Amino acid sequence: MPLQLRTTDTLSEAAALLASERAARFLGGGTLLMRAVNEGDVSFSVIVRTRDPAFARMRTAGTRIELGAGVRMAQILASRDLAFLHPAARAIGGPAVRSMATIGGNLFAEHPYGDFTVALLALDARVQLASSLGVRELALEEFLRARGRSERVLVSGVSFERPADPSAFRFHKMTRTHPKGAAVLTIAALVPLIGGRIVGARVAYGAMAPTPMRARAVERALEGRPLTAEGIAAAVAVAAEGTDPPTDALASSWYRRRVIGVMLRRLLLGET
Amino acid sequence: MATAVEFTLNGNAVAAIAEPGETLLSVLRNRLGDTSPKAGCLQGTCGACTVLVDGEPVLSCLLLADAAAGRHVETVRGLAQGPQLHPLQEAFMERFAAQCGFCTPGMLMAAKALLDHNRNPTRAEVIEAISGNVCRCTGYLPIIEAILEAARRLSARG
Repeated sequence: MPLQLRTTDTLSEAAALLASERAARFLGGGTLLMRAVNEGDVSFSVIVRTRDPAFARMRTAGTRIELGAGVRMAQILASRDLAFLHPAARAIGGPAVRSMATIGGNLFAEHPYGDFTVALLALDARVQLASSLGVRELALEEFLRARGRSERVLVSGVSFERPADPSAFRFHKMTRTHPKGAAVLTIAALVPLIGGRIVGARVAYGAMAPTPMRARAVERALEGRPLTAEGIAAAVAVAAEGTDPPTDALASSWYRRRVIGVMLRRLLLGET
Repeated sequence: MATAVEFTLNGNAVAAIAEPGETLLSVLRNRLGDTSPKAGCLQGTCGACTVLVDGEPVLSCLLLADAAAGRHVETVRGLAQGPQLHPLQEAFMERFAAQCGFCTPGMLMAAKALLDHNRNPTRAEVIEAISGNVCRCTGYLPIIEAILEAARRLSARG
């Protein structure tokens, strides 16, 4: 079946098209959808895109950062306000991928991709979904739980609090090939210190479950502890708790469980 | 429905008919006869199709042709000025940075994207610039050396 291209002026029109056409898919940067086109995927026949300027808007100056879903990895890297997110954006492909790939698309990237989403999860981001009725918002964690059933929703943007201390945000992607490769595993952590103690820790993993996940046991074990080898020992001991890592060409489930604690310790102690 | 796409290719205005869903790579190779960008994986993994659009490196296999409308597209075919090779091409030749040659057009355009913005890159910056381009022959070192050499020649030229 030949493809149809539909370009809308507004996000809500694009959302309405997606909702009404079972065979429609949304095109952001193209690094996921155009692969499917090139592979002859016949599960969709309509490509929807939008020229709504809100889709690629960035509000980065304040304490609440708001990014349109169409913001590309290269734009993150060009923003000084978002310097703490540069390691996560740089983990996405090479420069050509980064001038195309969007943060909204990354939310839909299946294992072993989607590393930027891991960073957003540690920032407790909220996801805006556009519809013809307006915009509704939900926690990224909730969005990820429903992701497999939501490929025809339109993500219009994400928002999250800027870490008061940017050095409290840590990110590491472990790969077998260097400098770039798909993730053996990815860890993002926010470990704010108050009076030398961790308060409000958030830790997220990629490639440790079917979708990016929060490591709740680790977060609980870090709370109130100093960021030292002794202080994080209890968290490292429970690093694999709640995980369900896949076995694939990059690593086995067993291996991922074995190394997650090692990588978590290195990340928290600044040894990566 | 097929649509007309107009853009600038290596400084010349061009126009082509593109089918819905047709990529820039397909329009360049099959409709405009510029076979310098290569069709490798068609998944965005190998980088052989890398071209510049408004100076930024993109994967032409994943870009809808009409997304290039009204923009400036650069391919390897536009690098040489008549018989005069681009410093990157000279350095690649002299340092044996090509073996089978399939990745070379993508490597050259990824390197040009870097050197157009940065005439004095570090080795790490060169490695990052070609990190989305796969080469199965050279082991990358001759390519990295060639790009650093081209950078030296370009900055000496001023």
